Amino acid sequence: MLDLAPDTKIPKTAAEVIELIADAQAGGRTLEIIGGGTKRSIGAGSATDAVLSLAGLNKVIDYAPEELVLTAQAGVKLATLEKLVAAEGQMLPFEPPNLARLLGAKTQPTLGGALATNLSGPRRIRAGAARDHFLGLEAVTGRGELMKAGGKVVKNVTGYDLCKLMAGSWGTLTVLTEVTIKVLPAARTELTLVFFGLDERRAAEAMTQALNLPDEISGAAHLPRLAATRAPLKGEMAVTALRLEGFAASVAARADHLAIALKDFGRMERLDAEQSHAFWLQIRDVQAFHEDPRPLWRVSVPPSVGWRIGEAALGEALYDWGGGLVWLLADADADTVRASARRLGGYATLYRGDGPAFEPLEGPLLRLTARVKSAFDPDGVLNPGRMAHS
Amino acid sequence: MKMPLPDDTLIARKGEIVRALRRLVPGDGVIGDPAGLVPFQSDGLSAYRQTPLAVVLPETTAQVSAVLSWCQANGVKVVPRGAGTSLSGGALPLQDGIVLGMAKFNRILEIDYANRCAVVQPGVTNLAITGAVEVDGFYYAPDPSSQIACTIGGNVAENSGGVHCLKYGLTTNNLLGCEIVLISGEVVRLGGKGFDAAGYDLLGIVTGSEGLLGVVTEVTVRLLTKPQTARAMLLGFASVEAAGGCVGDVIAAGVIPAGMEMMDRPAIWAAEAFVGAGYPTDAEALLIVELDGPEAECSELSSHVASLARARGATTIRTSTSEAERMAFWAGRKAAFPAVGRISPDYYCMDGTIPRRQLPYVLTAITQMGLKYGLGVANVFHAGDGNLHPLILYDADQPGQLDAAEAFGADILKLCVAVGGVLTGEHGVGVEKRDLMGEMFNETDLACQQRLKCAFDPDLLLNPGKVFPRLHRCAELGRVHVHRGAVAFPNLPRF
Repeated sequence: MLDLAPDTKIPKTAAEVIELIADAQAGGRTLEIIGGGTKRSIGAGSATDAVLSLAGLNKVIDYAPEELVLTAQAGVKLATLEKLVAAEGQMLPFEPPNLARLLGAKTQPTLGGALATNLSGPRRIRAGAARDHFLGLEAVTGRGELMKAGGKVVKNVTGYDLCKLMAGSWGTLTVLTEVTIKVLPAARTELTLVFFGLDERRAAEAMTQALNLPDEISGAAHLPRLAATRAPLKGEMAVTALRLEGFAASVAARADHLAIALKDFGRMERLDAEQSHAFWLQIRDVQAFHEDPRPLWRVSVPPSVGWRIGEAALGEALYDWGGGLVWLLADADADTVRASARRLGGYATLYRGDGPAFEPLEGPLLRLTARVKSAFDPDGVLNPGRMAHS
Repeated sequence: MKMPLPDDTLIARKGEIVRALRRLVPGDGVIGDPAGLVPFQSDGLSAYRQTPLAVVLPETTAQVSAVLSWCQANGVKVVPRGAGTSLSGGALPLQDGIVLGMAKFNRILEIDYANRCAVVQPGVTNLAITGAVEVDGFYYAPDPSSQIACTIGGNVAENSGGVHCLKYGLTTNNLLGCEIVLISGEVVRLGGKGFDAAGYDLLGIVTGSEGLLGVVTEVTVRLLTKPQTARAMLLGFASVEAAGGCVGDVIAAGVIPAGMEMMDRPAIWAAEAFVGAGYPTDAEALLIVELDGPEAECSELSSHVASLARARGATTIRTSTSEAERMAFWAGRKAAFPAVGRISPDYYCMDGTIPRRQLPYVLTAITQMGLKYGLGVANVFHAGDGNLHPLILYDADQPGQLDAAEAFGADILKLCVAVGGVLTGEHGVGVEKRDLMGEMFNETDLACQQRLKCAFDPDLLLNPGKVFPRLHRCAELGRVHVHRGAVAFPNLPRF
């Protein structure tokens, strides 16, 4: 699946990134942009003339816990950062997944890669996505210019919010060299309520009902029976889980409140902090689907209708984000999966498997998107073919 | 404040332009007579005024589309406007352009509790969204102080904040989708009801674009469930340093309050004289800390915050014991601007953000600048996220004072940038901070932003004269090749 480009460049400074891109542009060459490379198989386009790896830009520049702000070079490993902020009692609020094993990569994800793909874990429903914590950047455009945008403080509306644009642009607009993110205090404790044996529709009702209560749920996931029987859970029944995080007294009070409010959903168990942590890690990284070789889709839809993806019987589903994020193992053809997602008001991305990964755009949105691409990378130097329009 | 030179040929064609627009928006939707234009001359930044060529008040997306494509075909500039509460001159009209007022888009289209969102037209006020859903235990989180009047469309354009940003985010963090009309008249849907959408995050780029990229005709906002309880605390300190230290201690303790506001002595006195909120007038700095969540959490955290305040030598520590008392604690802060208006004929509100650790240094420097300019200043401050609102006191009837206030304000914002902060935390650049953009961004940074503008609006017809200190034609930008940081067009004149 991966056509390795003949040579990989590992610049150590932003100046070297500028030079590589400027030279590629001048010579009409293309570059594949990677951080750790864990997600490079997603939407891999045609082979590029060279690979530009951010692995050499891996320093933390500034971390001020009391300001809730962290600045680092884009190639810093997520694991390094997670350790760093944990030592100060803080966390990366968007809970970035590590999809290395899911995607068969032997490397480690980076902060730049998480931001460039706007990948967020279960806490997305409460704390926001990667893009919501992306405060500032330095990046090199496809013209070989170093630009900066945003700032290094938590509240800023000066100029266009280019951080949002770069988040989820999959390296097709600029190469991030330095980024500033917002961090938050880590929860003192967590607890998960688990319900058993609900079908997908009933689980969606439970999650919706729970999320509509003032109990500040920070994770709402459903594993249908088949997914729950797989490793690592190896259970016997479908599992519906609701996570509560915060100060101990608050978590306990909310758990009691939820348990009463959801008593119609049958048997319920509580996972303590350690069990809860392990549970959400496997949801975050989609561990249930690590071993199955079938094509894997990431489907994003309005949360209340996510269960209908399962109902369509296209394959085997696993639900996060209260139903808004569906991981779907399916041999069904791409048009069928995409049409199902679109009918429900969402879209689908092929994370593992052969064929175009990204949702095709059309009409004025496609034309606008192409103009935006051209504004930053007019000659198509960066990640050609990575997204549907690029 | 220099605006782009008006095009006299367009001004001469006013009658013809108004007639053409009336064919697109019938009835009373086009205002051309001088008296009818007066209410649109300025926005919340009332020091600047300009009568527009005409005002158009469309009622449908189809009309917005027809007006914009006509304007593009005829080279007519467009200034979009919500309620006109911008504090940075975002809706300041142009002499040779029309104002596109979105006030008639005032319907809530759908409330979808299952997906915790509402679909609304852009002219719906911020507070009306919460008003429509609070009976069911929901609310819309961003709460700019103008929320009774400001519209959600304007909030999207400005990426508006409020006192609850630190915990709940700005507008951009609370949107799921929108419909915009481009200057070409093309209608584009961005996002929807899901947590993300295919393609680039253009919703994120339109949010906070200050009316330069498109006209918002529909917005899908996230709804949050109302916290079970909320409790406010008043913490008085003998010094700004102690209050600032307490803010840092609270965050270091892992507490993210729903709101954390600071007022300095002049602001405390003005507010207390105006509303009698019971603020401690012996304090040099006052913190209002709001905690929300389950009762158990509010109790635990309020006693925790009280002990942190005590350790910093707080001279006053009060926790609200009823909803009425909580509202009273906030009354002084929410009335701070009009309260300052009572002690000074005019005031000028600034909006920089700084790293919080720089607070004592910056406040001292602001006081010294005030002495230099001979003007007083009262400070209110979104302390949790470092967003300063110095209120510069002046009298526009005294010759030279407005100019001095503006120079003072510019000095404050330059200082904010110098200590690692930014020009604007929530009010937007508009015309007000346009010429200071060079303090934060170099020519390459600005060229990249302007190329994005060109992707949306190649003829630069949407809200020209705002945000960017220099207006490059898009064709010029296309040719720019800034090699290795070299400055482009260093000699281009400012307008």
